[in-house]
Amino acid sequence: MLNLYDYIFYFFAIVILGSSFVVVFSRNIVHSAFALLFTFFGVAGFYVLLSADFLAITQLLVYVGGILVLLLFGVMLTNNIVNVEIKSGTMQTLPASLIAALIAGLLCGIFYVSNWYLVPTTPELLNNTTAVAIGYAFITTWILPFEVASVVLLVAMIGAVIIARREKAPEVE
Amino acid sequence: MAEWILSQFPDSILGYVIIGALPLLFILPYALVTIYLEMKMAAHMQDRVAYMRTGWHGTLQPFADILKLLQKEDIIPTAADKFLFILAPYLVFIGTYATFAVLPFSSQYAGSELYLGIYYVIAVSSITVVGILMSGWASNNKWSLFGALRAAAQIVSYEIPTALALISVVMVAGTMNLQVLSQQQSGGIFDWYIFGGPFPIVKKLLLIPIMFVLFLIQLTASMAEVNRTPFDIPEAESELVQGYNTEYSGMKFAIFYLAEYANLFVVSAITVVVFFGGWASPFGNYLNSGGWELFWFVLKGMFFVSINIWLRWTLPRLRVDQLMYVSWKVLTPFALVCMILVGLIVVSF
Repeated sequence: MLNLYDYIFYFFAIVILGSSFVVVFSRNIVHSAFALLFTFFGVAGFYVLLSADFLAITQLLVYVGGILVLLLFGVMLTNNIVNVEIKSGTMQTLPASLIAALIAGLLCGIFYVSNWYLVPTTPELLNNTTAVAIGYAFITTWILPFEVASVVLLVAMIGAVIIARREKAPEVE
Repeated sequence: MAEWILSQFPDSILGYVIIGALPLLFILPYALVTIYLEMKMAAHMQDRVAYMRTGWHGTLQPFADILKLLQKEDIIPTAADKFLFILAPYLVFIGTYATFAVLPFSSQYAGSELYLGIYYVIAVSSITVVGILMSGWASNNKWSLFGALRAAAQIVSYEIPTALALISVVMVAGTMNLQVLSQQQSGGIFDWYIFGGPFPIVKKLLLIPIMFVLFLIQLTASMAEVNRTPFDIPEAESELVQGYNTEYSGMKFAIFYLAEYANLFVVSAITVVVFFGGWASPFGNYLNSGGWELFWFVLKGMFFVSINIWLRWTLPRLRVDQLMYVSWKVLTPFALVCMILVGLIVVSF
């Protein structure tokens, strides 16, 4: 018997799968980019179903608000966006399918081998936020990886600014 | 109210659908009132009278406009990308409508009491950006594409000072839940966060100047996020015809406008909840129950909507470089300094 939760789960699953098919198989690069919106949205929906509220909203903020908008900018600023030719023929079929099958097998293997820990869903657990626990974990147990990640991001940002500005340097001299 | 609605429809998704549709009861009348307000305010500021013939002082004009838009032919350009062209206005509206889920119209209102309310509002509004980009590209029109790219660049830039200003208040309040934020400020006008919040006098006095700066940052940045003059380069009619919605007609055009006006209320409501007490009455416990909460929330929201309209018809449009200058070199550094000061105050008191 399917309940409301199952219906919502399958709705998001169909959204994710359908839109990812468009992303991969569409001949129009802009359509692929826009289909990505629904994929990201569906994954955020999964996070909500798992009551991972912080992760769900972060998914929307980072992937839709950041990466997707950047991607669309990139696609739209390229020349000839309307009739750009994407090569979608197949080549190297054998190695490609081998690697794909290998990765799929690896993922399935991990899925079956893993010792999944099922958290009992109590109303308190479902209604509480995960943000507080994640915040405490970041500044206590995982403080070093957290700081390293932020330093790496800062370096990347400064690097991006320097690369973007480099062209103007000779004019000053 | 949420429990009551859900108990009317046990074992059915209908209750959730009704709760989800509740904000429409507000948005549709609100849009009619605001269209009228905008036209009248604009006219009187320019020494005109605006519409006077349909009903008393033209009060029926918004209804006439809606009827006209409903009857208009829905034109889709031949060279447009048909699917994306149809989808885009709905996407823009969805991004705005989703934020209504967490707006606390009153303490009893059926909306979500999401713990991460402010974070959710910032994240969900990015769907609007994608919708605008989609409409601009699908129209297959140079002006539309320019308008869409300008709009996206502008909204993405101005999200940063907005988020920094809101984070500073969240640090003071210790919560991102919009409902709890309103409750914290329900002790009268001097408990509002613009006046330092419900704290002992020393902390309050230290916070007041910072809160005023943060409020100005939030007001300016939110005006840019709804693409209105002085930040309306995405729709700059003298350069771009009408920007990203140039090619739209009929109800699709109306949906763009509905989304813009709804978004105007959302940013005003966020300002109200974060700095001006949300649904809390300015007189403490006096006039602070039941329907009055809704009254105060809508009144304060409409006050900031009218400030937006007032500024729109007062100030000239900024150039693109000035626009980016304001965001990156003025608002963002000020917001960062305010955030550090707020952090020091929160830690030391």
